Amino acid sequence: MKSATLSSFDEMIDAEGQVRPAYAGYREWYDAQNPKWLERQGKAAESVFRRTGITFNVYGEDAGQERLIPFDMIPRIVTSDEWTRLSRGIEQRVRAINAFLHDLYHKREIIKAGKVPERLFLGNEAYLAEMVGFTPPGAVYTHIVGIDLVRTGTDDFMVLEDNARTPSGVSYMLENRETMMAMFPDLFTKVQVQPVSDYPRALARSLAACAPPAARGSDRPVIAVLTPGIYNSAYYEHAFLADQMGAELVEAGDLRVVDGRVRMRTTRGWKAIDVLYRRVDDDYLDPLTFNPNSMLGVAGIMDVYRAGGITIANAPGTGIADDKAIYSFMPEIVEFYTGEKPILKNVPTWRCSEPEALRYVLDHLPELVVKEVHGSGGYGMLIGPTSSKSEIAAFEHKLRARPDNYIAQPTLALSTVPIFTKAGLAPRHVDLRPFVLVSPEGINITPGGLTRVALKKGSLVVNSSQGGGTKDSWVLAD
Amino acid sequence: MLGRSAWGIFWMARYMERTENIARLLDAGFRMALTRGISVASDEWRSVLVTLGLDEEYKALGGEYSGPAITNYILRDKHNPGSVLAMIEAARTNARMVRTAITREVWEATNESWMLLKDMLARPVKESELGNVLDVIRRQATSVRGAMEGTMLRNDIFNFARIGTHLERADNTARILDVKYHVLLPSVAWVGSRLDNAQWEMVLRSVAGERAFRWLNAGALDPKGIAEFVILDGRFPRSLAYCYAKLNSNMAWLVKGYGFDTGAGHLLRDATEQLNQTSIAEVFEYGLHEFITRFLATNRRIAEAIAADYRFIA
Repeated sequence: MKSATLSSFDEMIDAEGQVRPAYAGYREWYDAQNPKWLERQGKAAESVFRRTGITFNVYGEDAGQERLIPFDMIPRIVTSDEWTRLSRGIEQRVRAINAFLHDLYHKREIIKAGKVPERLFLGNEAYLAEMVGFTPPGAVYTHIVGIDLVRTGTDDFMVLEDNARTPSGVSYMLENRETMMAMFPDLFTKVQVQPVSDYPRALARSLAACAPPAARGSDRPVIAVLTPGIYNSAYYEHAFLADQMGAELVEAGDLRVVDGRVRMRTTRGWKAIDVLYRRVDDDYLDPLTFNPNSMLGVAGIMDVYRAGGITIANAPGTGIADDKAIYSFMPEIVEFYTGEKPILKNVPTWRCSEPEALRYVLDHLPELVVKEVHGSGGYGMLIGPTSSKSEIAAFEHKLRARPDNYIAQPTLALSTVPIFTKAGLAPRHVDLRPFVLVSPEGINITPGGLTRVALKKGSLVVNSSQGGGTKDSWVLAD
Repeated sequence: MLGRSAWGIFWMARYMERTENIARLLDAGFRMALTRGISVASDEWRSVLVTLGLDEEYKALGGEYSGPAITNYILRDKHNPGSVLAMIEAARTNARMVRTAITREVWEATNESWMLLKDMLARPVKESELGNVLDVIRRQATSVRGAMEGTMLRNDIFNFARIGTHLERADNTARILDVKYHVLLPSVAWVGSRLDNAQWEMVLRSVAGERAFRWLNAGALDPKGIAEFVILDGRFPRSLAYCYAKLNSNMAWLVKGYGFDTGAGHLLRDATEQLNQTSIAEVFEYGLHEFITRFLATNRRIAEAIAADYRFIA
């Protein structure tokens, strides 16, 4: 869609054409560089990505092909003050999500208080009856969270989506920074940027702090990353994180329940795993409990889990908290569990399950974004302003047939940050996914996150599966 | 380490080693074809197929016994699951699978080999390009092995990689020797002829031993001496004796590190001892072909025992 009709907030340049303070240091450096040289550096970066195998697999067409996520060399920058406000909001929201999950699987006070309707989760596939009455080790449900933020003004950051299952992209956050530092070392001596490189250590610490009762007494809990395998779209990231943490990267075929523990087949025998950072969906986790046809899971792992023999991160059943139908209740949820007003706003959302909202949505389809409640990755959604009449009509048909499967939001004027093009800097729409770690020792938010950028002029779709790229994301030092 | 990772790195090392040896074999065949007549050349090319165990398959496909047809079959034919391209792909897939067991440099070297060769072998290789392609294959294998040598921790992961490399190398060296002797020499009367000498030279070339042998023997070529060099000379890095010395030291580290011995360890030590006590006279008395056949079977048994004892597969 053409954003020309929407006036977007540009993060680098203000309405008067002046460089905003966050970008002052960077622009000074940038303006002193030779554009031809920058272009060559960009090409060099791409070949580094290819050689290091920082690729993702695309499902659907060209199945099995590995692609690069395009990397843009212009950083996305926020100031230390902006970040402080943001991280307070993120922390508040993540605390609320964990409290909500605990409540939902125990006393359900929030439902008794009438803040969230019971029907939202009782019929919801992401809600797992197996988790009722069980508290995960350390009472942590979402060990790793990605909060998708969009910006529409100086102080207007809004949460577009909570990713409480298995958020991905953190390897790009780390590799983008590495690449930037390798390409432009002098830049980092001119502009002080808060480092992100501690993330893998923080992740390992955070996971270890959630070790299960069976691991008590061992000073170094055994952590493993469970991947669906080398053909998964995020395999690179799974391997990267395991490697950075010094943890084993396991597949279902390596695991078996032996003597009440989940164990991996090593060259010396079966070794017990204390904490499993799993990158497979709930449904595939345990063929005995969930999908009986799953080849990606471990038979009996849920029994071991409930008996305190292993920690599963994130906990099964957390998906209920990032469901798009639940999303619209997040302001109430935050307030209910923290007693505070939410610091981060939600994007206004119409729940199509409600007749009045549905009527509004049907009347305004050409200007709205309509999403499937359980969808992700930018698939199965309608972006009204860029869709043809027949596409809208087809979508309307689906919407009328199953209104409770959809939510709708206004088409937001996402902020823009310039990308590097041969013709110079050109503004493109972005979002931001900061990564949050939760453990009994506290909440850790890496300063920055993953900035996704829609590379096509005017496009609002930033998903990598839909042709989006990424940028290094900076939080300036104090 | 995971049994699957041990399996993955063991085979990754074997695949890389095999691509290198295939490149040498083709290079020697190519040279032979350049210097001898057409009819000799087609025998040579067939011997290359026999060495690689691909003769039957190739015959079934009805391919012609010419240099370009055979080199393309060996390098890149999609009907050939053992092609160099397929093996580089398998090595790279394995490296991806065991990404956490190898260093970034080993991974990058492997990935780069795959990217380069996938490109070079996308189309049939012209005769004028063959030398260059073979050179790249050899250099890439060397670069992966060099990255391992220079960057990997000396632990069980490294041991399994080295064991893979040397089991494969021993297998390949033995096959090259066998085919030369068994297939290329139709009768004893040929021994010592000019053709025979050229073929022995090809054996040396296939195992990158021509220079070393010249230096050790002041330029003389004698078949027995060459067989002794390739089988028993522990100084030559592609000899059977050298490979087994390496297999032994790596196995010894595994046994020490793990604190337990295995059937594979016993088998390997027995085989090494037997090899060390054999003289070249005994080899020829027993029959070179018979000796190699027995050697290859033992080599295979050791590989199988390692896979079982170290839980490569569930």
